[in-house]
Amino acid sequence: MLGLDAYHLSLITAVGISVGVALSLNLITGFCGQISLGHAAFYGTGAYCAALLTKAGVPFALGLASGALLAAVLGVVVGLASLRVRHDFLAITTMGVGFLFIGVVRQQDVLGGELGVSAIPDPGLGKAGFALLCVGFAAAVSAFSVYVKRSWMGFVFDAVASDEDTARVLGIDVPRYKLAAFALGTALAGLGGGLYAHNVKFIAPDSFGFVESITILAMVVIGGIGSVGGVVLAAVVLSLLPQWFQFIDDYKLLLYGGLLFAVMRFSPGGLAGATRAVLARMRGA
Amino acid sequence: MNGQLLKLESVTVTFGGVVALSEVTFSLESSELLGLIGPNGAGKTTALRSITGVVTPQHGTVTVAGHDLSGLSIQARARLGLGFSQQLVRPFFNLSLLDNVALAAGHAITRSPRRALFARDRSRQRAQALELLERVGIADAAASAPAELPLGYLKRLEVARALALSPRLLLLDEPLAGLNQQEARRLADTLRELNGDGLSMLLIEHNLSEVMRICARLVVLDNGRKIAEGVPGEVMSRADVRRAYLGESYAQA
Repeated sequence: MLGLDAYHLSLITAVGISVGVALSLNLITGFCGQISLGHAAFYGTGAYCAALLTKAGVPFALGLASGALLAAVLGVVVGLASLRVRHDFLAITTMGVGFLFIGVVRQQDVLGGELGVSAIPDPGLGKAGFALLCVGFAAAVSAFSVYVKRSWMGFVFDAVASDEDTARVLGIDVPRYKLAAFALGTALAGLGGGLYAHNVKFIAPDSFGFVESITILAMVVIGGIGSVGGVVLAAVVLSLLPQWFQFIDDYKLLLYGGLLFAVMRFSPGGLAGATRAVLARMRGA
Repeated sequence: MNGQLLKLESVTVTFGGVVALSEVTFSLESSELLGLIGPNGAGKTTALRSITGVVTPQHGTVTVAGHDLSGLSIQARARLGLGFSQQLVRPFFNLSLLDNVALAAGHAITRSPRRALFARDRSRQRAQALELLERVGIADAAASAPAELPLGYLKRLEVARALALSPRLLLLDEPLAGLNQQEARRLADTLRELNGDGLSMLLIEHNLSEVMRICARLVVLDNGRKIAEGVPGEVMSRADVRRAYLGESYAQA
């Protein structure tokens, strides 16, 4: 593709998956206001499901779709269990789901246990084809996000994120909208997981742990909760940095933690919020 | 239909050991504007909340057009046709005034997430919202964010948003509080006009002169009990009502 070498193609692939997965969490946390500290569990569900299916001889596309579907089913189950909890309690609940996922996967021989799943078959698209697929995934999730934001569903999500009690007074079935957000967001995370598994060809429980959940959340928060453009930008930068500079990979947690802290302290609206503030000041000047 | 739109029967609500409402029974006829009054702490807001579903009565029933509301969620009650303007304003702070009302006006779309996902056009609901903002006198601030506006605007926003649900029964909890005399009079006139068009309303209000002016009938609560019911002039001349409102000495004077 475009005469790019294998290294750059692998960067593009990784970035495409990150953007799609970050936007999938943005649907839940950014649009609908439901914090999740366990998003990697759904990403991992998609990865494991798709990998095991293609290893069993199921076609790649069907494996991906099944991963997305299973992640969405799990997402709705977790969503149902979370309907009664809000804010910090929801954060703790979803964090628990993340640990539960790792705990279960580690103990199951069928899922490869600690050793993970290796020798995941190549989808046969070639490096360039696969990179293009991942970029397409990112573009499709971006377009979908923009669509949802402008639809009546996005309108209701704004209201639910702001004040769900008042949304109920307006006849809005808040639980169904939350479940819709969970279903859509976790399905897309599952799809991203399937792509990830077939990119790296080897997955283990640690790839989908708490650190991964926080990494995804950091992309959403640093980009600007709810802002499609901001989240895309943050996902691109934050997934490229550790690839470009090995030392950043070593200090990834420190960097992400520091960035999260800085954003919360100085610009709770993330990059998008900071940009809006600067533009407003320039217009005012 | 016997014309009774809303009926509370022996509704009792207790919070911990405190009885907020005790065996309260009253009804509201179709197309009526009923005033629910009483001193602070009389149980008016609790009565309203037992209708909207925010509080659950220990016993007694609330029916709307023959439907028993017990066990129904707040959103299910709203969809049965209850519009609720809250005493403490709760605007969506991330939406403009216009969009606050437009969201309510889109209740036929927002009823189902699937329909909401496939619907995009908001122009009709926004036009309807603008009309309602005009009706309550705050159309000048349609594009403003709620955080920039004084309480008088937000109180009227509550009313406009409740109206946008095209309710069969409008429940108003102190809609005139926070408005100056002129604004209050204008909004009270608007409420009377809406009632004249056939909209049924239950009005809780401390502004007694406006209540007396626009309500055809009053129910008076005191200490969680209904102490009087009837035509405003008669009700307000009763000694027990005056005592509840003004204290012992005034009632004897």
